[in-house]
Amino acid sequence: MDWVSDNLDLIGSLTLDHLRQSVIAIVAGFLLSLPLGWVAWRYRLLRGWVITVTGLLYTIPSLALLMILPVVAGYPATSETNLVIALTIYAIAIMVRAVTDGLDSVDPAVRRSATAVGYGDARRFWAVDLPLAGPVILAGLRVTAVSTISLATVGILVGVTNLGYLFTNGLQRRITAEVLAGIVAVALIALLIDLLLMLAGRRLMPWVRGRTPARRSAALEAAA
Amino acid sequence: MIEFRNVTKRFPDGTVAVDSFDLVIPSRKTTVFVGSSGCGKTTLLRMINRMVEPTSGTVEIDGEDVAAKQAVALRRSIGYVMQNSGLMPHFTVAENIATVPRLNGGTRRAAKARALELMDVVGLEASMADRYPSQLSGGQQQRVGVARGLAADPNILLMDEPFGAVDPIVRAELQRELIRLQQELDKTVVFVTHDIDEAFLLGDQVVILAAGAQRLQVGSPSEITERPADDFVAAFIGAERGKRALSVKQTPNGPVLVDAEGRTQGVLVEGGA
Repeated sequence: MDWVSDNLDLIGSLTLDHLRQSVIAIVAGFLLSLPLGWVAWRYRLLRGWVITVTGLLYTIPSLALLMILPVVAGYPATSETNLVIALTIYAIAIMVRAVTDGLDSVDPAVRRSATAVGYGDARRFWAVDLPLAGPVILAGLRVTAVSTISLATVGILVGVTNLGYLFTNGLQRRITAEVLAGIVAVALIALLIDLLLMLAGRRLMPWVRGRTPARRSAALEAAA
Repeated sequence: MIEFRNVTKRFPDGTVAVDSFDLVIPSRKTTVFVGSSGCGKTTLLRMINRMVEPTSGTVEIDGEDVAAKQAVALRRSIGYVMQNSGLMPHFTVAENIATVPRLNGGTRRAAKARALELMDVVGLEASMADRYPSQLSGGQQQRVGVARGLAADPNILLMDEPFGAVDPIVRAELQRELIRLQQELDKTVVFVTHDIDEAFLLGDQVVILAAGAQRLQVGSPSEITERPADDFVAAFIGAERGKRALSVKQTPNGPVLVDAEGRTQGVLVEGGA
């Protein structure tokens, strides 16, 4: 524990690096998955292709991806960009499927009803389909966020500094406290991001929470 | 006035839902399409706001072919109420009712005021404005559905089995409310149901349909009851059996009318209407 208190500054700055790298990848993965997931949902013929190909991305070993990407794209392996792009690819692998499943989960009767009262296609997507797909998309996003934060530590193996440093450094110098501190820090920021996403979901999708107590209040009223 | 001219709808799988259908639906009256499921009545209704496009023939509103109008604008100008309310689960009651005024570019404030006004019209407490549909009973949801249909003050209101999924007591209440609303608002209502009692209760003009939207009889409830076009119609409306088959029974106090079950339904009065 002495090690931790002596190195709080180091842990703090590594945590910030880690958060920055992960959050950029999560946001980019989410934004890129929206159109891909929509295409897979909208065009039945493309669906199998898009879902399978993006899903297969997840099977690429992370260390290999971190070494191949710089060669293909021509940036240094040690750059933060390298790690962020690799993490984004893994995020897409999870998120595309979540977006497609989310859009599938929207009740076709509600969609038809929206059209019948006068929503144009584009407006209906943003105002009806996407919000109603929200709970499923959010579930996918929470898995993506936690997995990205955990996976980011592998960056240290190609020289991208983040909380993974505490693992390699602690291992080499045989400082168990340092490795444990790394694990705890990664777990804490994963929990923090997950909590933030959950709270954001509650705020953005208040109707989901209203569901259960709602029924009870309607029942109570009927009884009264 | 809504007019169907030689309208046919053939679906891609080959089924003919509507075959050479002609009908004039008068303005400011309630016209009810009634028939068993699969007879094409909902397809007819959906052709009016272009949710379904006819394979051939035209549907005209006040002499204008609906096919020539922009579909989205047309739908916003026609109220639509459907079974199971069709409400947006992620909109509050007020937001649901205000959907069309908002789509038409109205301000949030004006739309909310309009929603509250309509909640009063359809008999919903203002305190429900911020609830979500899942927090309401089935009957309340249907009221919200009707309010949404009326929000943009359309001339035409299409109602697709709107009371089909609520219990009989609530259903009777909603039917009475609709009659009251129609007296106040004077809309052209096109109503679809499979319940002949509902059709006779609500309709000024009742259209009895068989498979392929074949017109068996068109007329007022009285005309149909007095002169059913054929045996099928007579059976369908229950003229021979059921509650519309009344017979005269002499009693010491004068003649009364009894139904097929032998229950007395009323007293026969000379010179009555």
